[in-house]
This record gives sequence, C-alpha cells and structure tokens, in this order.
Amino acid sequence: MTEPMHECKYNPGFMRDSLIPQVGIITDVRTETPDVKTFRVERPEGGKLFEHMPGQCAMVCAPGVGEAMFSITSSPTNKEYQEFSIKRCGELTEHLHTLQPGTEILVRGPYGNNFPVDTELKGKNLLFIAGGIALAPLRSVINYCLDNREDYGHIDILYGSRSADDLVQRREIEEVWTKQPDVDVFLTIDRPQEGWDGHVGFVPSYLQELAFDTNRIAILCGPPIMIKFCLQGLKEMGFAMDQVYTTLELRMKCGVGKCGRCNIGTKYVCKDGPVFRFDQVDALPNEY
Amino acid sequence: MQELIVKARQLLESGEVSRVLGWKKGEFEYDPEPAFFETAESLDGFVYNGFCGANLSKYMIEAGKKEGKTLVFLKPCDSYSYNQLLREHRVDREKAYIIGVGCKGKLSGNKLPFEGILKVTGADYPDAQQTLTVQTLYGTETVAYQDAMLERCHVCKGKEHVVYDELLGESCDTVDADRFAEVERIEAMSPAEKFAFFQEELSKCIRCNACRNVCPACSCRKCVFDSTAFDSAQKANTTPFEEKMFHIIRAFHVAGRCTDCGECSRVCPQGIPLHLFNRKFIKDINALYGEYQAGSDLESKAPLTSFTTDDAEPGVGRG
Amino acid sequence: MYRIKLENVNALLGAIAAQNDLFTPVKAGGKTNFTLWTEDTEVDLQTLKTVKSPKDVFFPQSETLYTCAKQDGKTTISVQDRCNTPFVVFGMKACDVRAIDVLDRVFLTEPVDSYYAARRTMGTVVSLACSRPDTSCFCGAFGIDCAAPQGDVATWMAEGYLYWLPQTEKGEALTAQVAALLEACQEAPVEEVKAKIREICDRLPLKDLELSQWGAQAADANFDSPLWEALYQPCLACGTCTFVCPTCQCYDIKDYNTGDGVQRYRCWDSCMYSDFTMMAHGNNRTSQMQRFRQRFMHKLAYFPANNDGMFSCVGCGRCVEKCPSHLNIVKVIKAFGKEEA
Repeated sequence: MTEPMHECKYNPGFMRDSLIPQVGIITDVRTETPDVKTFRVERPEGGKLFEHMPGQCAMVCAPGVGEAMFSITSSPTNKEYQEFSIKRCGELTEHLHTLQPGTEILVRGPYGNNFPVDTELKGKNLLFIAGGIALAPLRSVINYCLDNREDYGHIDILYGSRSADDLVQRREIEEVWTKQPDVDVFLTIDRPQEGWDGHVGFVPSYLQELAFDTNRIAILCGPPIMIKFCLQGLKEMGFAMDQVYTTLELRMKCGVGKCGRCNIGTKYVCKDGPVFRFDQVDALPNEY
Repeated sequence: MQELIVKARQLLESGEVSRVLGWKKGEFEYDPEPAFFETAESLDGFVYNGFCGANLSKYMIEAGKKEGKTLVFLKPCDSYSYNQLLREHRVDREKAYIIGVGCKGKLSGNKLPFEGILKVTGADYPDAQQTLTVQTLYGTETVAYQDAMLERCHVCKGKEHVVYDELLGESCDTVDADRFAEVERIEAMSPAEKFAFFQEELSKCIRCNACRNVCPACSCRKCVFDSTAFDSAQKANTTPFEEKMFHIIRAFHVAGRCTDCGECSRVCPQGIPLHLFNRKFIKDINALYGEYQAGSDLESKAPLTSFTTDDAEPGVGRG
Repeated sequence: MYRIKLENVNALLGAIAAQNDLFTPVKAGGKTNFTLWTEDTEVDLQTLKTVKSPKDVFFPQSETLYTCAKQDGKTTISVQDRCNTPFVVFGMKACDVRAIDVLDRVFLTEPVDSYYAARRTMGTVVSLACSRPDTSCFCGAFGIDCAAPQGDVATWMAEGYLYWLPQTEKGEALTAQVAALLEACQEAPVEEVKAKIREICDRLPLKDLELSQWGAQAADANFDSPLWEALYQPCLACGTCTFVCPTCQCYDIKDYNTGDGVQRYRCWDSCMYSDFTMMAHGNNRTSQMQRFRQRFMHKLAYFPANNDGMFSCVGCGRCVEKCPSHLNIVKVIKAFGKEEA
C-alpha cells in the first residue's frame, strides 16, 4: 500500500529554531580542580537563559572553536543563572578554560530528558554515586532535592575522585551538603594523600563497605569502569536494575535527535536521554 | 577463473595462506565485490572476469595486520600499486602470497550504454570475446568489449607484473590511445577554457571521499582532510573553491607516488576524470626528471623524494 | 487529468519558472542532477536516476544556519533567512518522493527544523512516473508504485505528451498557474502507461526482495549477527552511499571563519566516517564494522521501530549503482534473509 505523501503546510513564520543559540555572558569562573572549572552563565542583561530540569544539558559554543553538549550542573531552583562544570579535555574545553568573566559565549538548550524528580524519585530515599567530573550532572539533582527537602527521604552521597585535589565542588559539599539534615556524604580518593584524613579507596569498594539496603533509588554517574563495578556492587546488594539511574554521553551536534550522531539502537541520547534507567540501558545495543 | 579457484583452494587447504583476497560474485553480472575468503567452500562465490576492475592492493594494508599470509590476486597494473605500498612500508611482503593474474582489459558497468541490464556475456575469462552481449529489460544489445573498457585500460601500462610469487592466466594488449593525449589537450587550452573545464567537472564533486579512500597512494592513517586542526571540512564545501582545493591538494600529495592505477576515476560517482590531475604530474615529472613510473621497482630513486644538484628547478627552467 | 505536448514542455517549465524557482534534472559534465532551471537549461527527463537525489532541494548538502560576529565583546547573531520563495521540483521519481516522507518524519518531528519546514512549505513537488525502471530498482519492495508516483502533481510521458494530474491543494494551485498551457484529457492513455510500467516492474530482478527479517523487531535480533563481520569487509569507509541516498539525513554543524565573523553551517555527514561519533574522550564506534552496521540497522530496524514500521530506504538503487566496492543495502537485506532460511 502506498501512503500518500503528506502535504506540508507549516507556518512560514519560523523565527526560533532549536539550532539557534542565545548569547550568554560568563559571570563567574571557579577553578575546581587542576582541570575542571565551573562557569556561571547568565543573559547579558541578567537572569537565566532558560528554565531547565535536573539532568538536562545544553550546547555551549565558542564561535569559531566549536560547540559541545554539557550537562547543566546548577539546580533549576537557582533562579539567577546556570552553571557548567567543564573538564579540559579537547579543543573546545581548552578554549573555554581560557575565558574570563565578562566573556560572551553562545548557549542553546535545554536538551534531553531529566531525572524523574517529580515522579519516580519523589518520596524515596536516594543514593547518589559519582566519580570525578561526573558529579556535574548529579549536582543539579542533588541541589534540587535539597531545595525541596520535604519531597525526598534520606539522601546518601558517595563521591570519589583520583585525589583530594580532583574533587569537584568541594566547598559546596563541605559547607552545604554535609550540613543538611538527613544527608550523609561519603567522600573517597583513590590513593592516600597528605592532609587527607577521609576514606581512601575506589568508589566501588567503598560502596561495598557501606552496604546500603535496597530501600532507595540509586543514581550512578562516572567513568565507564566505575559504573561497571558499582553496578555489579549494587546488584550484589540486591538492587534491581529499574532502581538505578545513570546518564549516557555520546557525540552530539544538533541536540534534537536529528543529526544522527548519538543514535544507539532506537534511542537518541540527546533527546531520549541523557538520563536512562539501567533496565533501559541494558536494552540498548552495546555501543555506548 | 577455474584455475584461480583451484590454486586458491590448494593454498588454503595446505595452510600456506590463511585467507584469499579476490573478487566475489555480486548482485548482478557487472558488479563483483572485493572479498576475503577464509574457507575452501566459500571460494564457490569467487569470480574473475572483465568486471573485476577493483585494485586489491590497498586492502593488503589491513590484511597484513591479520594472522597468517593472505593470498592476493593482482592484475599487472595492481602490482605497481602493491610495489609502491611496499616501498612506503605500508604492506608486509612476508604476509602476502601474490598471484599475478592475467588481464584482458577491465570493464565498467557504467560504460555499458544500456538501461535495465540483466545479463552480460562475453566478459568471462579466459575466453573474453571481442563483443559483449547485454540482455536488458528492454531487449538484447551488443557492444564492443573495448568500448566498455575502463579508461586506464586504453592506456595500459603493459602485461608485466612487477611483483608476484606466481603467475596465472594470459594478458592482452589493450592500448589504443595515447596516455597523455587528454593532458595535452587541456594544456593547450587557454586559462579561461581550462578553468571552465575543471569548473564543470569538479563542481560535480559531492565530497564523498571515494577517490581518496580507494586510492592506494592515500594510505595516511589520518588524512589532513579529516583533521580537526585543519579547517578544510571533509564533508562539504564552505566556499565554491573548496572542491577544487581538495582534489588539487590530493593530487599534490600523491605526486610522484601515484602509479596511475585509475581507481579514482573508476569509483567517482559523478564520473569526474580525476586521473587527469595525476597524469599531468606524471607527464611533468617525466619531462623534468626523466621517465619515471611509480611502483615499477623498489630500488630506483623517486624523483620528488631525492635531491641531486642537477635537479630541474621548474620555476626557473632547467638549470 | 491534463496534458501538454512534449515539445511544449519547455514552455511549461518557463511558465512555472515565471512564478517559482524551478529545479529540474539537468545534465552537466555527463551526469544528471537536480539544478536550478534557467531559460538556457536543457532539462533531462530521460535519465532515470540523478546521481544525487533531489533531497538537497529540501535539505541542502551545505547551508548556513546563522552568522555571528563579535564587536567590543558584544556578540550578535544573524539568523539565516528561511526559504521564502515558492519553488517547484519537477521530475522527481516515486522513490524520491517517498524519501521526502522519510525526511519529514525526522525534520518535522518536534522540535521542527525550521529551515527544512520552510522549504517544505514553499516547495511543490511535480513527480514523474518511471517509464523505464532499471535493474537496480526495488522501490516495489517498499510498497512504492513508480507507475503512479505521489507528489503534489504527478506526470507521465507517453505518446508525445506529458500527462499532468494535480493530487493536492498545492498541486491544484500550480496547475492554475499554468492552466493556459494545459488541455484537459482522458485518463485512458495514462492507464496504458501505468500498465506498461507495471509489466516491466514485474520483471525487475529485485522486485521480490524479502524484508521479513527486518523492521522494528530486527533492532535486537540482527545486531549481534556474525554476518556483519563478513559483509563490511570491502567497505572503503567513503560516504558515497550516504551522499547519493535520498533518505540519509545525518548532518554535521561546523564553523567557517569568514574573517569578520563566524558562519555556522550544517552539512551532510556520513555515519561511515570514522570521526562521526568521535568525542574528546573517545569513540563509541571504533571499527568500520560498527559504522557499517549502524547505517543499515538504522535504515532497516531503528527507523521503522520509531516510525510505525516505515523503512528509511525507498529502493532507489543509487547505492547499488554507485558503491565503489559494489556493496549495498540489497546485499545486506538478502544476507539476513538467507540466515533465517
């Protein structure tokens, strides 16, 4: 059966397009670690560029250098600005690291889905597990939960990195998160270090030591090897795969599920992700 | 063809080679594909006929990284490409068993001036006839074998293989044109005519990179046109000049190493006579530094990579 | 149904071009592609398949999205105007018309791609039935009838006439523009042409291409097949198949430094290229096998899974004719058919 080609009658008043960015101004740059900086971005006239939900991403562009997708690390509960924690690891990020407050950049978004803060996570105990720069996507949801404290149960945050100097958002962790009621923060670094009296060891082994019960939702973000072993640990503790969330990261250009790069299986990570439950991840072809 | 299969089977079964690189029957009569055969049974699909134009030498770069020897069938002109790769240390001679196969001129499906081709007879070896009979959806047609031959065969380098372990099959003389005639015709044009000629041809380019990817001389691990540091996008032209730049730069990069195998022109979906650029370089090299055929041997000094005080200074005339 | 003598087709094109930009197949340098028609253009309605599909009329190989310039630290963005001139594509074949449906599924899905949508709004498609289908054609496998193409206006060539049938509102509007040149006629001669074309289609070697191993359910089933390893081997990793394909729509977004600003443009990209999925920290498809598999899985399994079973192949056969290594989607489809048999 041939189906008729449908006649296209779109309104030609196309002014906005999701591929066209807004101008944003960097209002603050914080050096988090030797290779991570957090950039605060606002509209040139002040105020947020757009509204977003925790877990969503945005395309940050330095014209002539490049454009890439970064997770928005600030919580939507913050009404003044958006923040991006960016690790220096390629051409664009090298360039971004040279930028000073007052510099204009281009931003478009928000893109993708978000952590189900209003549905599956609501009313639950939460366990956040992050490694290195991967705290960036979790920070937005952690702060969102802390700002809507009554909507969530007990919160555990397990965060680790190579060394104490590589812990992102250390000041906020120590000054804000650890002081919240009903929140436990567990920090760890890979190897002993002078001046560090906290836990030493990899995140997955610390996770095993801590032996959480399964009355919680786990949100896991980090390098592939950490994910692999943490997931194994969670399974051993009895967590079901639909109790664990993560985010995926693939090359993206458009952010709206059209350019084809981040397609794996039937999903487009930029549009259907970046947040996936592990039972959903398991259903994808092994190409991430 | 049968003797090639018998030989390949023998070498596979004896364990002397781990795989065979040849051609496999395609969907139609005129589109055999390059193929690796790992088992004696799979050789049932092996084919060698007039449509096996694909030069297999470049596949030997990857084949060389695999376990064991690869038996490869090379036509006389393909053997120049292999030799050149050998010279550039891109292939491992120890991992190759080369059978030089006879060639009677290679055909191109695109050169058959008919629509709806169902069956072609007369392209089989060893009995290549002078005429191809083409059965189409719209009737039966005939065409002279020569008229469906690839351009490169009309100016064939000859029947000799320059590298092989063994020879099988006969070759024919197919030369009926002057290799440099077309280059000379373009040289004689006025600058405006030249520009118009290349404008018309190169503006057809769709930047698919087939010419580069098939080219045995283009064996760089990372092509300059794939480099993010060099802002000449491999995929599209930001200015109308870029498609020209791509092809001209590519011609420069393979100058002195191009064996004139003609694969670039064979694969171009838009039928751009890309070989003309390379052939212009070859003609000039011959004129300035003496006759030179890339890939003909492993020892002679290549004109563009060796310096002598007698070297021509093309900018200021021989001096 | 209307008709016009073939010798007057140029006058018809002239009349269309008087009120619209007109794209027709034109032979240049020995190859036929869709090009902007001008009075001294000689339209080529005989060549069955243009090298590039007419998709680039709606989705150009390269187009500017916006330019931006920075002065005294202030950035200004000038968005490229969307298409606002009515245009007509004349002579699209049934397969290429269906391909527009496939592209619509991508670009008109929310968020709508405004550049594409503007062209779809402004464009009118005049299709042309395939008088002489070729051996490499297999549009029938996808339920496409090349004897009765979709499109705003469908046309047929027969007995010295071009027959003209408006099929949509846009088609009626275009017909009204050129009404003076058309004469009303009976449908019988067109029915005869259709029957002739269908008789040829019945003899096409690929007409019975078996697609039952493909579709949404193949997304899981075919991914891990060992067949891919054998199928991809001759692939040169060039982009010929993707660039001649009427449905391939992957694109890249790049910057061009104009000297006084940055021109941000998008251009066709190919999943066959090694840098397609390359990120600063690695690549999730490192082998050509994976890239090759992605292209066909996308067309034959992932796309149908997301689009009510619609394949993103229309059987135009361009890849069959143009692949330098003579690989193509037909071989892939058939290889999986055999596996199950």
